[in-house]
Amino acid sequence: MNARVLNFLGLGLVGIVGVAFLVLTPRLAELDTVLDLTIYMIMAILALSLALIWGYGGILCFGQSAFFGLGAYTYAIAMFNIGDSTVPLLLAIVLPAAFAALLGYFMFYGRISDVYLGVITLTVTLILFNSVNSTAGPEFHIGVARLGGFNGIPGIPPLNYPGNKAAVIDLEGMFYLSTAALLATYFGLRLLLASRFGRIIVGIRENERRAELLGYDPRAYKLVTFTIGGALAGFAGCLFANWGNFVSPTIFGLAQSAQIIIWVIVGGRGTLIGPIVGCIGVQWLSAALGANQPSGSDWWARLLANVPLILGIILVAFVLLVPKGLVPTLGDFGLWLVRSRGRRVATSLKPKQAEEG
Amino acid sequence: MAAPLLQTRDLSMRFGGVQAVRSVNFSLEEGELRCLIGPNGAGKSTFFKMLTGQLQPSEGQVLFRGRDISYAHAHQIARLGIGIKTQVPNVFDGLSVRENIWLAANRIHSGERADNVVDEMLERLGLTGVAKRLVGQLAHGQRQWVELGIVLSTDPELILLDEPAAGMTYEEVHKTAQLVREINRSKALIVVEHDMQFIRMIAKQVTVFNQGSVLVEDAVENILRNPLVRDIYLGKQAAA
Repeated sequence: MNARVLNFLGLGLVGIVGVAFLVLTPRLAELDTVLDLTIYMIMAILALSLALIWGYGGILCFGQSAFFGLGAYTYAIAMFNIGDSTVPLLLAIVLPAAFAALLGYFMFYGRISDVYLGVITLTVTLILFNSVNSTAGPEFHIGVARLGGFNGIPGIPPLNYPGNKAAVIDLEGMFYLSTAALLATYFGLRLLLASRFGRIIVGIRENERRAELLGYDPRAYKLVTFTIGGALAGFAGCLFANWGNFVSPTIFGLAQSAQIIIWVIVGGRGTLIGPIVGCIGVQWLSAALGANQPSGSDWWARLLANVPLILGIILVAFVLLVPKGLVPTLGDFGLWLVRSRGRRVATSLKPKQAEEG
Repeated sequence: MAAPLLQTRDLSMRFGGVQAVRSVNFSLEEGELRCLIGPNGAGKSTFFKMLTGQLQPSEGQVLFRGRDISYAHAHQIARLGIGIKTQVPNVFDGLSVRENIWLAANRIHSGERADNVVDEMLERLGLTGVAKRLVGQLAHGQRQWVELGIVLSTDPELILLDEPAAGMTYEEVHKTAQLVREINRSKALIVVEHDMQFIRMIAKQVTVFNQGSVLVEDAVENILRNPLVRDIYLGKQAAA
């Protein structure tokens, strides 16, 4: 009962904070800040996609950026060819999902072990990186959209209101859309995880063999989980292509892939709020550190400006010192505080009750 | 005569050069309770793994209700109605006792019905008090009970128990024996066990495995008196 109340309180809190953030930010913040926050929201959706498949599904996917990039490229290419954004948006979800399903089918039904699964997914995203990277010539085009190779695709038309090409969603609109999409993804995943399906995938993560001996086919459950993760990452990719009106092959790169994993590790596997916190925190830190480029010979300032180094140190520190991640560790600490306080209250009450009795 | 519930035909398993199970012809009637005994390495656990689809036999067949399940997947066999409690408690350690049982009950019941089945099972096994605890934090004996609860909640026709009394206190062994007899009123069971006290409490018919094949199959009284069985297996324990 207690756990259920806490659960509802948590959900309510996230809802209130989320909606307040959604409504208030554009009124209070400068447009620059709103733009920065928009990208955080988009990346947080990407973080949630890995939170689902790794944190709950137990599938360590090193190539979540493959689906993210596919979503972005699909949207860009479809947008140049179609013009109205409704179909490109849908394609940017369906195509990465289908690709995840295909890849997942061979991995799960081929009974590939966890380590190899990580290697394969990483390899897939690097193959995509290399392939797209080498499409610079004018002969590489899909319809009217040139792939652009390492230069990427610039000037991607933004999303418009469904059916009305002229009613383009502006920068502020993108913030509303991204934040609302993040909230919808969060609550949608909470619903999914509370459902029979969600409870079963957690069971499979905990003990695949046992789940199998109870009559569940882990391959099918993992495949569906992986496909949902692919769809979410593709959706995030579509929003990303919108945000900068630009996409380039680095989206498939090693740095991008590793970052998603860092977000989830820092924030905490097995939670949804953790990876969101991890994603926003790490990105904010990278931006803050990268913003002040030091001049001169102040080695300390130079060290701080070396973002990949700092991120690497953070990752190592988290893996070694806070292996559960930020949010679960804080949760444990909070629980410990409440319990130890409860104990103190209980012991201080005891003599009193004895007197009364 | 009706077909046996479970039948194996020349069932064999080789791991490289090692013949773990050798041409086993085994048969179990509906509602029967059979004990499997034999020294370590006799092939009992490998035999169980082939019956449940965790291993595919090198040769031979497994028939369940006349249906060939030799090469079926573990989850398909589970759905046909064979449940197994493995030797080392095979449970969802990171989840609560209630969630463990629910994951099993959910396979055959939905919604509120599943929750009711979980409540009944917790009550039946005396686990209601620890329902919210993580299974990984429970004592060994209790984890055994949780696994038994998991297996029973999927309502199988045939239950395989691999050393259900291992690591249990004397009282827990008694309770387990009582439960096994109770389960046997409606279901067939194959029980692998080393504890002769326990076997005396539950068994009628015993199959003795040795070096991968069936050495002898007889009523429990005769098995206990059989000099061959004493030699390979019971010698030390019977003297004790």
